[in-house]
Amino acid sequence: MTHIDPHSDDRLGAGLSTNPETGVVPPLSATGWLRWLWRQLTSMRTALLLLFLLALAAVPGSVFPQQGVNPIKVSTWVAAHPGIGPFMQRMGVFDVYASPWFASVYLLLFISLIGCVVPRMRLHWRAATSAPPAAPRNLSRMQNFTSLESQEEPQKVLDTAKARLKGARWKVIDGTDASGSWISAEKGYLRETGNLIFHLSLILILVAVAVGGLFGWKGNVIVKTGNGFSDTLTQYDVWGGGRFVNPAHLPPFSFALADFQVQFDRAVSDRGSPQLFRATVNYRTDPRAPLQTSIVQVNEPLSVDGAKVYLVGHGYAPHFIIKDAHGHQIYNDAVVTLPQDGNFTSTGVIKLPDASPQLGFDVVFYPTWIPTSITSAFPAPDNPAVYLDVWRGDTGMNSGVPQSVYTLDKSHMVLLGRHPSLIPGQTWTLPKGAGTITFAGWQRWASFQIAYDPGKNIALAAAVIALLGLMSSLFVRRRRIWVKALAGPQGTTVEVAGLNRVEGADMAADVEYVVHHLSPDAPGTDVTKRNS
Amino acid sequence: MTPQQLAQASNGAIYASMITLAIAMVFFAASFAVGRRRAVPVTAAVVTESAGGTAVLTRTDPPNAGDPGRRSANIGMSLTWLGMIFLAAGVALRGVWAGRVPWGDMYEFSITAALGILVVFLLVSLRQDIRWLGLFIVIPVLLTLGIAVTVLYTESAQLVPALKSYWLLIHVTAAIISSGAFTLAAAVSAVALFRGRAERKADGGPVTGLAARFPDQLRLQTMANRIIAFTFPLWTFAIIAGAIWAENAWGRYWGWDPKETWAFITWVIFACYLHARSTVGWRGNRASWIAIIGFSAFLVNYFVINVFAASLHSYSGL
Repeated sequence: MTHIDPHSDDRLGAGLSTNPETGVVPPLSATGWLRWLWRQLTSMRTALLLLFLLALAAVPGSVFPQQGVNPIKVSTWVAAHPGIGPFMQRMGVFDVYASPWFASVYLLLFISLIGCVVPRMRLHWRAATSAPPAAPRNLSRMQNFTSLESQEEPQKVLDTAKARLKGARWKVIDGTDASGSWISAEKGYLRETGNLIFHLSLILILVAVAVGGLFGWKGNVIVKTGNGFSDTLTQYDVWGGGRFVNPAHLPPFSFALADFQVQFDRAVSDRGSPQLFRATVNYRTDPRAPLQTSIVQVNEPLSVDGAKVYLVGHGYAPHFIIKDAHGHQIYNDAVVTLPQDGNFTSTGVIKLPDASPQLGFDVVFYPTWIPTSITSAFPAPDNPAVYLDVWRGDTGMNSGVPQSVYTLDKSHMVLLGRHPSLIPGQTWTLPKGAGTITFAGWQRWASFQIAYDPGKNIALAAAVIALLGLMSSLFVRRRRIWVKALAGPQGTTVEVAGLNRVEGADMAADVEYVVHHLSPDAPGTDVTKRNS
Repeated sequence: MTPQQLAQASNGAIYASMITLAIAMVFFAASFAVGRRRAVPVTAAVVTESAGGTAVLTRTDPPNAGDPGRRSANIGMSLTWLGMIFLAAGVALRGVWAGRVPWGDMYEFSITAALGILVVFLLVSLRQDIRWLGLFIVIPVLLTLGIAVTVLYTESAQLVPALKSYWLLIHVTAAIISSGAFTLAAAVSAVALFRGRAERKADGGPVTGLAARFPDQLRLQTMANRIIAFTFPLWTFAIIAGAIWAENAWGRYWGWDPKETWAFITWVIFACYLHARSTVGWRGNRASWIAIIGFSAFLVNYFVINVFAASLHSYSGL
C-alpha cells in the first residue's frame, strides 16, 4: 500500500497542476465557467498540449526565411510567390517568433505554468515545514522491508536509529501505536523545491528576454582601416533599439580601426577557407578618456561602456581618384565593396552627384583577378583588379528619395563605357571627355555589430538556476523510512521499511544504512529482505 | 608519424571499428535467432511483482544463462567493446592529425557522436544487463559511421575562426554525449513499444517469440525514463553553453538560427516526455512515442539543418 497524500506528490511535475483532471460538467454561472476554464488551462494535459504546440509552432521559423535574420531573403521569397507570399507575410510566417500566434502559445504556457506552480509552492511549503506522516501499521507491506532481532531495549534502538537518520539529515518524528513505538523519517524535499525553482526560473528567462527587447539596442557599422566610428545614431549603417531606448543617449565611446589582418587557407583541400580575422582597434570610452588599444576577433568581442563590439564581417575598399575634364580632382576616396562569393568578388558603386554632368560607377573588385574569369579566383589580394562601368546622367540623389549606397539608379543614366580590368596605379581616360579615373590602391574594411543587452546577465543567471533546479528535481529522491521496535521474548524485534516516492528507484540502500547501524556486528545475518 | 600516416591510421582504425561492429551486429542478431528456436522461460514472474507502480531494476539473470543465444550476445558485447576501442583510436588520431579537438566538421562530429553512442551504451551495460539492446545500438552506430565515411568525409582542415574557442570543447562535448544518450533512449523506447504489443497480444499469458528476449515493457519504459532524466539536464546545459558562446561570437545569446530552433524543439519535446511520464494516460506507449519523436527532432537538427539550412552553424565542411 503506498502512502501518498494528494498534496505532496512529488514525481517530476506530477500533476504540475494540483487540479483534478476530470471532465466535470461546469456549472453555468460565469464564475463557474471561469473556474472551469482556469482548471482546464492549468491542467497537466493542457500543459502537455501547449508544449507540443510550442514545438510545432517553432518549426516554420526554420523552414521559411525570417525577417529578423535575413529580410532580403524574405522579400525575394514573397516576390517569387505572389499568390501565397503576401498572405503568409500577414500570417507572420516570416516573423514567427514575433508573431501573435507564437506569443499566444508561450504566454498561455506560462500562465498555465504559473497556475500550477503557485498552488504547488504553498503545498510544498506546508509539506516541508510539517512533520512526516505517522508510520503505517503494517510495515511489511512496504516496498523495502527488513526485520532483525536486537538485544537492545526498544527505546534505545529507536534512539540510535533516530540519531543516525538525523545525522544523515532526515526529518524524524517518533510516536507509539498499538503495535509499539516507531519513528518516521522523510528526506528529499529538494526534489520539489528544484522542480518549482526550475519552473520559476523559466519565467525569469522570459523577463530577461523582455528586458533585452525593451532596453537593449543593436547596430551595424562598416569601418575602413584607418577610419573611425563614434557611437551616435547617424554613424550606424543599421540600428535598432527597444521601446525604452533613447537613441540620443548612446554610450559616448568611439574607436578607430587601426589594422585588420586576414588569412586564408592555401592548402588544396580547403583553399580559400578563412583562418584568421583580427582587427586592431584604438578606442576611448568617452571623448575625454585615454586612448586604449584592443584586438577584436571572432569569439573575442570588445566590451566598452556596457556595450559589446563584435567583428562580424570584412571586405575590400578599392581607392579611386577621379578628375573631371579640366583635370580637377572631384573624388579621392576608398569605396566599400560587398563580397558576393567566397572568393570575395565584390561589388560597389561610386556616385558623383556634384559632377557636371553627374557620373556614376559600377565597381567590381577582384582580389585575385584572372583574365578568363568574371569572378575572383582567391579571396586574398594576390592580383587585385577592378572592373568599371561608367554612367552619365541623373543619379537621382538630388530627388530626395533615399537610396542605398550600394546600388546605382540607372533609370536616368546612360552607359558611357566600361573597363574590364584596371590594376592598381592605372588610370583610365573616360570616354567622351568625361575625365579620368585612377585605381590608386585598396584597403580593407571590417563590419562590426555593436550590441547592448541589459537582459543577458539576468538570462544567464536564470538559466543556471533553472539548470540547478532541474537537476535537483530529477536526481533527488523524495523518500520515507520507518523503524518500529517491539519488545519480545528473545529481545527486541526491529522492523525497518522504506518507501521511495520516485518511480524506478528503490530504498534498499537507505534501509541497509539503518540496519547497518542497528546491528553493526552482524549485518544481514538475520535479515529477511523483501525486494519487490 | 607523418601527417599522411596519421590520416591513414585514423581512417584504418575507423574501418576496423566498422568491420568489428558489423560482426558484432551479426552476433547480436544471431542471439535473437538462436533464442527464438528455444522455448525461453519467461521472466514475467519478476514483472508482475513490480506492478504496484514501483518498478525495480534489480538485475535478474535469466534462468537459461548458458544457452547459445546468450553466448552469441556475449560475443557481440565483446566485439562492441573492441569496436569502441578502434573507434576511439580513430577519433583520437584524427584529432592528433588535425592538431585540435576532432569536431571541426560533420565527418568529425559524426564519428565522435558514434563513439558517444557506444560509450553511453557500454557504460550503462556495466551496471545493467542490456545485451538485448546491442543490435539496436550497433545498427545506428554503423549507419552513422557509414554516412560519415561515404558522404561526409573531408580532409582534415583548420578550424574556421568562429570555431576557435574553448566553448567548442564544452558545448560540443555536451551535445555529443546527449546524442549518444538520446539514441539509447529512443532505441529502448522502440523496444518497449514492440514488447508492449507482444504483452498485449499475450494478454497476461507468457510472451513468446522475439519479444520474449526483451525485458518487460514496464522495465524498458522505466529505463528510457532514467536515460532521459539524465540526458535532459545535459541537453539543457549544451543549449546554455551554446547560448553563452553565441553571445560571445555573434552578439546575441539567442537568435532563432535554424540550429538553435531545432535544439529548442528537441528540448521542448523531451520536456513533453517528462511531463507525459507524470500524466495519467500518457505514461506508457504515448511517452515512448514522444521519446522517439524527440530523437527524430534531434536527427533533423543534425542531418537536415547542418546540410540544407542557411544556418550560422554551417560547419558541415560539405
